[in-house]
Amino acid sequence: MLSTGDDITVNHPEEHDSESDDDPSGSSAVVLGLDGLAALIAALWDRGYRVVGPTVRDSAIVLDELLTADSLPIGWGDEQAPGHYRLRRREDQARFGYVVGPQSPRQELSPQKVALVKIRRTADGFDADAVDPTPAAPIAFIGLRGCELAAMGIHDRVMIGGAHPDPVQSARGADRFVVGVDCGDPAATCFCTSMGTGPTAGAEMGPDNTETADLRLCELIDDDRHDFLCHVTSKAGAEVMETLEHRPANTADHLAAQEVRHRAVQCIEKHLDTDGLADRLMAVPDHPRWDEVAERCLSCTNCTLVCPTCFCSTIDDVGDLAGEMTTRTRVWDSCFTLDHSYLHGGAVHATTRSQYHQWLTHKLSTWWDQFGESGCVGCGRCTTWCPAGIDLVEEATALSRAPEINR
Amino acid sequence: MTPASTELAQERPRVAVWKFSSCDGCQLTLLDCEDELLTVAERVELAYFLEAGAVGDGGKGLYDLSLVEGSITTPGDLDRIQDVRRRSTRLVTIGACASAGGIQALRNFTEVEQFLGIVYAQPQFISTLEESTAISDHVEVDFELRGCPIDKNQLLEVIAAFTNGRPPAIPGHSVCVECKLRGNVCVTVAQGVPCLGPVTHAGCGALCPTYHRGCYGCFGPSETANVAGVAVELRRHGMDEHEIELAMHTFNTWSPELRDYPPSAPTPTGEQP
Ligand code: SF4
Ligand code: SF4
Ligand code: SF4
Ligand code: SF4
Repeated sequence: MLSTGDDITVNHPEEHDSESDDDPSGSSAVVLGLDGLAALIAALWDRGYRVVGPTVRDSAIVLDELLTADSLPIGWGDEQAPGHYRLRRREDQARFGYVVGPQSPRQELSPQKVALVKIRRTADGFDADAVDPTPAAPIAFIGLRGCELAAMGIHDRVMIGGAHPDPVQSARGADRFVVGVDCGDPAATCFCTSMGTGPTAGAEMGPDNTETADLRLCELIDDDRHDFLCHVTSKAGAEVMETLEHRPANTADHLAAQEVRHRAVQCIEKHLDTDGLADRLMAVPDHPRWDEVAERCLSCTNCTLVCPTCFCSTIDDVGDLAGEMTTRTRVWDSCFTLDHSYLHGGAVHATTRSQYHQWLTHKLSTWWDQFGESGCVGCGRCTTWCPAGIDLVEEATALSRAPEINR
Repeated sequence: MTPASTELAQERPRVAVWKFSSCDGCQLTLLDCEDELLTVAERVELAYFLEAGAVGDGGKGLYDLSLVEGSITTPGDLDRIQDVRRRSTRLVTIGACASAGGIQALRNFTEVEQFLGIVYAQPQFISTLEESTAISDHVEVDFELRGCPIDKNQLLEVIAAFTNGRPPAIPGHSVCVECKLRGNVCVTVAQGVPCLGPVTHAGCGALCPTYHRGCYGCFGPSETANVAGVAVELRRHGMDEHEIELAMHTFNTWSPELRDYPPSAPTPTGEQP
């Protein structure tokens, strides 16, 4: 390995062009060892980021502050099915050998509860002070997958892309740094290939998907090696890489990465036929399948609260006992609560059937009308974390067929 | 925003706490508000609260807010709750007994005479009703605060809301929302632990799931509870019919969503444990 300061360049894709046919981005690729990964996390802290990444807690892989690379889920994988998630021990010491957990960047960029305004009673009225949403440090995300990058892009467009950018998400997302990771071992609930968001972290994204990683890792493990092919895809990424030990990638490295990708694509068994899906779903409000799924659905909200693209929130004004101070707080909400659609006199979506219809059609149909793209990135979280094991792909597929065929 | 009503600013609202058939745990929650108790006492006049030694006018006055604990189980209760209602501008029930009939409503499923002979040496001195029922079965209730016991912060919110003339910010959705707001990992999905959270009214802050236990349903059914649906999931995670029935029939057994569980045609499976 070359050491820091050696005269290698990380910003000249031409050097590797002939070898990097999996690399249409024109970025440069290097190889980072396990020590290099640890150094990357340390370097990000040193540069003033708050580093957030995967770690094992409460029987799952969650996102949390990552003080060092030792907190990564070393040797852990996950097993997922509708309504089912288990950690499993891998035979190797993979750092990113799992897929996605119950959490997503959403909780960092638009946290569950955010205080917006503090209102204080005064002698002649009241004073209102907006709460500054600027975090103490910009966030560096480690280990985000293709579907998560796509979801961040969607959230950015919805929350800050319009005429009234959300100050919370703008402030928290500003100057973020993203280390993406290609998926090597997708779960049974993943269908990113149908949605064009994975399994590699960014490669398949369409022109609308502006979110890219600053560095994109592919973990390479066999009997002889355990390191990472790393595409350097931004200036910030190149600046950090310059401070780390690495070497240029060679043909063997690129081939190994291609193999990881090939295996991952082969692994993905779930497919959603998206052709005309938005219209097909909207065309069947009376399909009996809605009644069937409503019998199983518990309106528990889990599908929406684990979804990386759902954005609904409610506003709570909570006053203190003395009536002197009120805090206006934004709290995650879901179309599976009655308050979500409460208008004068009652809820629009008052039954579970109507709530489920709202959720599924918003993700797959009306999101297109609103934002010109799909509201689903195919991460499978809603399916895994549904306590009733309701499978989005299965429901959408059944609903977009004539009722007789389902019987 | 209009300032709180001027009467409130000048004169502290009078609050009474009443007990019917209950264990006192919910009233004690008010005394447990150690840090906030002084503010409560400054903000409201605890005009009648026997548990705290506030005999005041002996419960013979008029009150801006009555907090009612306990279910209706005796002929005397029937009259007393009417009297309480007449004395109260706002009446809020606190806890599962007052809001749903409590654990003691288990007797509603059998003949109360059977218990009397077993429990009391001289049952002829006992005067009781056939059923233990919620306060709302007898008088109009302004708000039902759920829980067995209630949550301290929700109680403070109810007092703050009613004494400031605004609706309480107490949502009726499931415990799962609270799990997700806390960043908990779902114990059902990740560990196979049976959990009533998906059909249980929020309020506890997902206390049990936070400690890796399934929810026991202390706060009763949530706003759109699918009880039959959650039973399927409890079964999938290893509970048998008998255990599921026991899980449904605890503190909120007489709530309308739970009292008919299992639905009339029981599934013909399994032996008794
Ligand atoms: S309406 Fe429902 S599905 Fe759509 S973003 Fe909100 S919570 Fe998600
Ligand atoms: S709808 Fe489901 S699969 Fe699609 S992005 Fe949301 S959680 Fe993932
Ligand atoms: S689909 Fe599943 S996760 Fe979503 S509300 Fe219904 S039961 Fe809960
Ligand atoms: S642990 Fe229970 S309450 Fe929490 S999300 Fe899972 S099912 Fe819901």
